[in-house]
Amino acid sequence: MRFTLNGRTVDVRAHPMKRLLDVLREDCHLTGTKEGCGEGECGACTVLVDGEAVNACLVPFAQVRGARVTTIEGLRGRRRLQEAFVEHGGAQCGICTPGMIVAAAALGRRPNLDDIKTGLAGNLCRCTGYSGIYRAIEAAAVPLRPARRRGARGKRR
Amino acid sequence: MRTAISRLSLVEPRSLRHALRLMRDEAGLVPLAGCTDLYVALNDGALRATRFLNLWPIEELRVIEPRGPVLFIGALATYSSLIRSADVRRWLPMLVSAAREVGGRQVQNRGTLGGNIANGSPAGDTLPVLAAAEATVVLGSATGTRRVPFTAFYKGYRTTVMRADELILGIEVPEVEGRQWFCKVGTRGAQAISKVVMAAVRAPHPRVALGSVAPTVVRVPKTEAALTGGASVDDARTILMSEIAPIDDIRSTAAYRRHVAGVLLGRFWEQTAAGRPVY
Amino acid sequence: MKGARKAHATRATAVVGHPVRRKDGLDKVTGAARYIDDLVLPGLLYGTTIRSTIPRGEIASVHLDFDTTGFTIVSARDIPGKNVVSLIEADQPSLADGRVEHVGEAILLLAHADKERLLDVRVSIDYRPASPVFEPELSPTTFKEITIAKGDLGRGFAEADLVVEGEYRTGHQEHLYIETNGVLAVPGDGGITVHGSLQCPYYVHRALCELLSLPERKVRVIQTETGGGFGGKEDYPSVLAGHAALLALKSGRPVKMVYDRAEDMFATTKRHPAIVRHRTGVTRDGHLTAIDIEVLLDGGAYVTLSPVVLSRGLLHATGPYRCDHVRVHGRVVKTNTPPNGAFRGFGAPQTQFAAEVHMDRIGEQLGLDPIQVRERNALRPGDTMATGQRIEANGGALRVLREAARRTRFRQRRRALRGTDRGLGVALFFHGAGFTGSGEVKLRSKATLELTRRGVRVGVTATEIGQGARTVLAQIVATALGIPYEHVEMPPADTSLAPDSGPTVASRTTMIVGRLLELAARDLKRRLRGRTPAESWRAHGPISVTKEYTPPPGLTWDEEQYVGDAYGTWAWACDVAEVELDRDTGIVRPLRITSVADIGRVIHPVMARGQMEGGTAQAVGYALTEEVVMRDGRMANAQLTNYLIPTTADTPEIDVVFVERPYRNGAFGAKGVGELPMDGGAPAIVNALRSLGADVRAVPATPERVLDALSKG
Repeated sequence: MRFTLNGRTVDVRAHPMKRLLDVLREDCHLTGTKEGCGEGECGACTVLVDGEAVNACLVPFAQVRGARVTTIEGLRGRRRLQEAFVEHGGAQCGICTPGMIVAAAALGRRPNLDDIKTGLAGNLCRCTGYSGIYRAIEAAAVPLRPARRRGARGKRR
Repeated sequence: MRTAISRLSLVEPRSLRHALRLMRDEAGLVPLAGCTDLYVALNDGALRATRFLNLWPIEELRVIEPRGPVLFIGALATYSSLIRSADVRRWLPMLVSAAREVGGRQVQNRGTLGGNIANGSPAGDTLPVLAAAEATVVLGSATGTRRVPFTAFYKGYRTTVMRADELILGIEVPEVEGRQWFCKVGTRGAQAISKVVMAAVRAPHPRVALGSVAPTVVRVPKTEAALTGGASVDDARTILMSEIAPIDDIRSTAAYRRHVAGVLLGRFWEQTAAGRPVY
Repeated sequence: MKGARKAHATRATAVVGHPVRRKDGLDKVTGAARYIDDLVLPGLLYGTTIRSTIPRGEIASVHLDFDTTGFTIVSARDIPGKNVVSLIEADQPSLADGRVEHVGEAILLLAHADKERLLDVRVSIDYRPASPVFEPELSPTTFKEITIAKGDLGRGFAEADLVVEGEYRTGHQEHLYIETNGVLAVPGDGGITVHGSLQCPYYVHRALCELLSLPERKVRVIQTETGGGFGGKEDYPSVLAGHAALLALKSGRPVKMVYDRAEDMFATTKRHPAIVRHRTGVTRDGHLTAIDIEVLLDGGAYVTLSPVVLSRGLLHATGPYRCDHVRVHGRVVKTNTPPNGAFRGFGAPQTQFAAEVHMDRIGEQLGLDPIQVRERNALRPGDTMATGQRIEANGGALRVLREAARRTRFRQRRRALRGTDRGLGVALFFHGAGFTGSGEVKLRSKATLELTRRGVRVGVTATEIGQGARTVLAQIVATALGIPYEHVEMPPADTSLAPDSGPTVASRTTMIVGRLLELAARDLKRRLRGRTPAESWRAHGPISVTKEYTPPPGLTWDEEQYVGDAYGTWAWACDVAEVELDRDTGIVRPLRITSVADIGRVIHPVMARGQMEGGTAQAVGYALTEEVVMRDGRMANAQLTNYLIPTTADTPEIDVVFVERPYRNGAFGAKGVGELPMDGGAPAIVNALRSLGADVRAVPATPERVLDALSKG
């Protein structure tokens, strides 16, 4: 079945009812996405499907036909976010981290603390108490471009 | 995984009409929407089916649009699409509140209104909203369409009046006259199953619906009649507490649920009083 | 001091105290880190466990009602060595042999190459049930009993103006590491190699040698990247590793066993539930004259680590307070429930919950505010604890108490909140670092440093389980040796490559193993005589230094009398919690917790803060939502949807402040931090609730219980 995986079109043979999580881990050999519960409660298996965060343990493979699937391995342009997790204590044991980063990537470039808490309510972490994760996401927020300064005569510099 | 996937099979319909013909021709085919319950039910042994019908690609079931006097919400509308929809926000803001309370973002992106209705859990967060809004369930089959009032949709615990060959196409929500109100008391701050959930409409004839206090979502006609007749909220609360039948279970107690249902009724009444903004 | 630190930061080697980059950070944030379930081998078999469905009785017969082609089947009869899970006592069998003592006890093991075939397994077992004991108060079997006595209780009560009594209860708690238990056993060369998600490679090593009757050199245990432990992977992996190894040896194939979430919750260890009774004599002006405490812990069906949990629980039971007349008596007993085991705090969260709620009640009865009553009694330098241990010059509980009160403006805030639905609560607590008493001496931990072409390689079997051990130990070595942090290699913990550094538990790794490495590094530095490792390698080839634990001078401990220096040092902390209570629904929203902690020298500020924040969040769950519902001796809510740990929506803002009072004998002055935060969060929250009129004396304080408490008040 054809779909887009981390930016590349792929054709993967797997049972249509196999969980997307298992297809990624076993058939695509991408073990970055983790199983924490198999119930859709912990978010460790979070991947993006057409840009939206979903629990891969709940998605039958057939339902990503033609869709764009992004896993932790395929997170492009979010290196800043990943670096921030390393620097600010966003990752301790690391098992929730791939799902957490993927879910965080779906929050947009400058989420406020409320957005972060709401957007990550489906990602459980047992190590950090979430504080380090908030710090990491806030630190990674793309800064607003500074407004151009105007000179004394009101002309743009 | 505690389920032998290789023994399951999935049928892919080419269109909605094809799907309805397949439902007619094959007994025991289980339709799949967002699948947020599927693997849990399979692993628990609660779902023993082996043949499934994939509705996910059927775009016309995702539509959300006003159709004359009603707002039509397709069965495959996800909680996230309900939250984003300007139409839903205008017609049924209490449905947006309910959708925000379901699971976490990941579940909201996949779980569907049709799935919540078909599942028929007494704790389903959107169900009291649909009951209080007096929505209509639109059912489709190979022989045509029929409409069932939402308040007549459930016969018993997780049992609907649907025929074996029918699919939920969507719901129709009439314009709701009055002030809408929703509150869920969950087991924790997010990603929680409700201990008690209530949706209500403040109007000359108030409408109150609850989840997690009976085997199905319920309206409470005696309580509503009392409020309509001008009874005090304390008296209405007393009637409510005897009109519902909560149980002790793994998440809470009958006594707690009964008490909190009464508390919610009081809050509904106070917060929807004239001049108080709700939405 | 700050200026001096900044100067050091420009030199890459003096990194203790600086937030260096996590050694494993990049792998974890890119999905490259490999956990046990990520590993596959050719010819792999998958294992599964058949478990008892009754809480107590005899096994009459076992029938296999399925096609057993291709299956490897192991029962107690297949065990080459002793059918025992080696830990403290030899009472827990690896596989039930004729009788079972708890629901979920392992009876039979099966393996197959096709995971799906494991789902076809049908085993019917006939039992002769016996009547089980579920209530610890009714248990006829005591695993361990300990008494700590100081002074003369009679005299103490005679001196009291008031006696305050109370009973406090805590329930089970499930670790809920996001990665479940899992191992991979690979047979070969007449022996076995086990890879696993685990905290203590040598515990597993010892257990396997005994179970399989293999010499030490034929058993190898390698820790894989571990997704959380919290004590839940201290003792349990010995059980699981034994099972996978038995299947691997019988089949001659590698065997992977990874529990799914339901099995992990249902069958593995939990925190010991506790009933704690206080009877306290106090003078009118608030001084404690007599402390009399009874502790009862529920150990579950087998001993596991219960004697040590009891020990630590009792040693912390008085709270960080001084009193001349003390008696602490405790028992841990058997019930027919799955055995309980290690969980962060290890008895201290249970007994300190009781101590701190009790202290608040004492203050109430005397008309003293929570800070006052604690200030009067907080241990100060020169005071003696219940075992007679004397508080050192830069120790004691006063400093953190005063700093927490100041920082939160406790008294003003409490006044301002009066009459509202918000409340403030405090908890003052302490945590002994390292093994109790003579424990560290018995462990004889070792650490090795080997010179490499580029730097050094560290040889320890302390494990990284998220807390940052890999990083912190490398910082210590780099700083003591004077080489860049990047040149310190931290290989996986492997019993065939590194000596026994003791288990990664008891808040000991930085302080004790770090100290061994610090000493080894200083030794190595002397031998290098100013050369870089590369230069030395070229001139002299490899050098290796091993250090073994020796106790600090002057520590004494009498195991019989329970008198002396219970721990080498203590960490001290004070939590202030602000909560909001919905009085009509009983729902508690924890808003903010301020935690002031003395953990000695802070080696890595981000990691240390992470420990305090994470432990406090676990304490919030313990306080409010984490309930193990036991029905007929089994966990009835073994699903994540029904066992509730805090989400982002349930976790308060956590403000951590460190007060550094270095410990002379810890690595660079460090004490231990891992368990400390678990001890204070729950009583701080409950004390806040009590200030709002909800007289709660048990955790979890669920909405149902809070409403009950409010209605009685």
